Amino acid sequence: MDHRSHTYGVVAEFETAEQLIQAAERTRLAGYHAFEAYAPFPVEGLAEAMALKRNAVPLITLIGGLLGGLGGFFFQYWVSVIAYPLNIGGRPYNSWPAFIPVTFELTVLGASLSAVFGMLALNGLPRPHHPLFNVDRFAKHATSDRFFLCIESSDPKFSLSDSLRFLKSLNAVNVSEVEDD
Amino acid sequence: MSTRPPYNTADARPVSPILEPGHTYASVTDKISAIVLTRPTSLGWVAGFALTFTLVMVLTVSVAWLVAKGVGIWGINIPVGWGFAIVNFVWWIGIGHAGTLISAILFLLNQQWRTSINRFAEAMTLFAVACAGLFPLIHTGRPWMAYYMFPYPSTMYLWPQFRSPLIWDVFAVSTYGTVSLLFWGVGLIPDLATLRDRAVTKPKQIIYGMLAMGWRGSARHWHRYQSAYLLLAGLATPLVLSVHTVVSFDFSIAIVPGWHTTIFPPYFVAGAIYSGFAMVLTIAIPLRKAYDLEDFITMRHLENMAKVMLATGLIVAYGYYFEWFMSVYSGNKFDLYLTKMRFHGPYSHFYYALILCNILTPQLLWFRKVRTNIPALFIMSLIINTGMWLERFVIVVISLTRDFMPSAWGRYSATFWDYATFVGTLGLFTMLLFLFVRVLPAISIAEMRELVRHTSGEHE
Repeated sequence: MDHRSHTYGVVAEFETAEQLIQAAERTRLAGYHAFEAYAPFPVEGLAEAMALKRNAVPLITLIGGLLGGLGGFFFQYWVSVIAYPLNIGGRPYNSWPAFIPVTFELTVLGASLSAVFGMLALNGLPRPHHPLFNVDRFAKHATSDRFFLCIESSDPKFSLSDSLRFLKSLNAVNVSEVEDD
Repeated sequence: MSTRPPYNTADARPVSPILEPGHTYASVTDKISAIVLTRPTSLGWVAGFALTFTLVMVLTVSVAWLVAKGVGIWGINIPVGWGFAIVNFVWWIGIGHAGTLISAILFLLNQQWRTSINRFAEAMTLFAVACAGLFPLIHTGRPWMAYYMFPYPSTMYLWPQFRSPLIWDVFAVSTYGTVSLLFWGVGLIPDLATLRDRAVTKPKQIIYGMLAMGWRGSARHWHRYQSAYLLLAGLATPLVLSVHTVVSFDFSIAIVPGWHTTIFPPYFVAGAIYSGFAMVLTIAIPLRKAYDLEDFITMRHLENMAKVMLATGLIVAYGYYFEWFMSVYSGNKFDLYLTKMRFHGPYSHFYYALILCNILTPQLLWFRKVRTNIPALFIMSLIINTGMWLERFVIVVISLTRDFMPSAWGRYSATFWDYATFVGTLGLFTMLLFLFVRVLPAISIAEMRELVRHTSGEHE
């Protein structure tokens, strides 16, 4: 039991994306919840195997875009009608068709900034260090050619020996404990 | 696999692959990251960098002299207030468009051949936008006052005039620059993590480590990452169409003959993509040669880009034809006179050169022999870039020198400083590209691994 205080979890290494998908599915079916798969590229089918829910990035993007667009339009309205009305050849102060290009640009700008920074925030990035980087094989291969699956010690079902044995049974090429620091 | 194209049958001619067979996750990772991490700096790189750096010095001197003396050192006058600065601005921003088209529109259309060219095409976009943005800035004559164009609470209670296309332009170009940077930056995150993990020296590990922000390829991260990337592609697509549309509004909202036409937005956008693809080819051909990337940037890529150029070139030709037709059909004497001036005026040689570069020569691309001949494609890309520059010159100068009243007619010729500034931005653009290929992966490694998985499935 004293392992749990300084063990982040156990990690298994796989050679192909297909093995990772299978392993993720079997880990989920074995009743683990706190586990994570790692791949050097987005693997099609992995999210389904892990039963990941829809993420919040699209909603954040929508809100950002709406704020950018509405903010952009009403800001131009405020400038042109209230703060600094200029009579240009008798055109109406609220010449809304002329405000559309800037409104459009600010919609795109608001949505794009929210998409990127929303994604980073939800992912908890930037985060320079992570316990998994303590695993040599992970640090060398996770971002180039190997696939990893980590069962975290926070899972109620986690037990160092059992979880290690379970990962070995998934045809992993390498299994090791992840030290927390 | 089911994605096998239906035309790839035994009787059709064989299509070159988008990735030469035999590559693995490790081999694409090694090959692309080695360009940045382990490959020694070649003499060619040093020579190229030195030359382009010299040109950047030319740019610095030109801009310094401009700041000291004012825009009078250029050839601009009244009536031709726009001159080279705006010609170059429109040319550069147009070039940027192909990068966004490749990275966003081809992504949405699920065109796998974009994978190995999108990264450097996006870099090209950023550098082209940087060069483009410089011109309106220095064209103001007092670049240190340029912040007046942004709405900020000033002590003078002044606000920008939002009914003016020039202000739309400020928003369009700065949004375009920002979104292009975001798109490029998001695409780079996984590759920066790869470089962090493969770098052997401490400074590289620290710098790439900070830039990678701790990316570790978690499935949950990828899940959100893919949503964000797809959304950015969806946002960049209308954005890129809007940018050159707004640039064309700078002209078409005015009443000047030859500018005041509704054909401008679509024909500007098509021209932008045309010149942009030409520039991508101009860069891709030497790049794949210098860094042995023929496996990744294959004949298929070059041929596809040639086809896009041919198609957009025909749209541009249609635009020229309609410019001519509308002026003749309208019966408006100012428009008619302007058209006459294009064919017979003092700048007619520019117009004929434009037709030769942009319409006649590219028809050779109908032939597969030309599309698969690398030197021919390279020369073609230079011709098209020249042609697109001439197009902007014809639009700006011929219209401004032949306004409504003969008393307002004039002549324009560029000075030494006009040329020096333009050549200087060519140097800046190329220098940034030289730096880029040495410090960042010129091809998206993560996406190439995805491609390895897809294509290996196909071979089994």
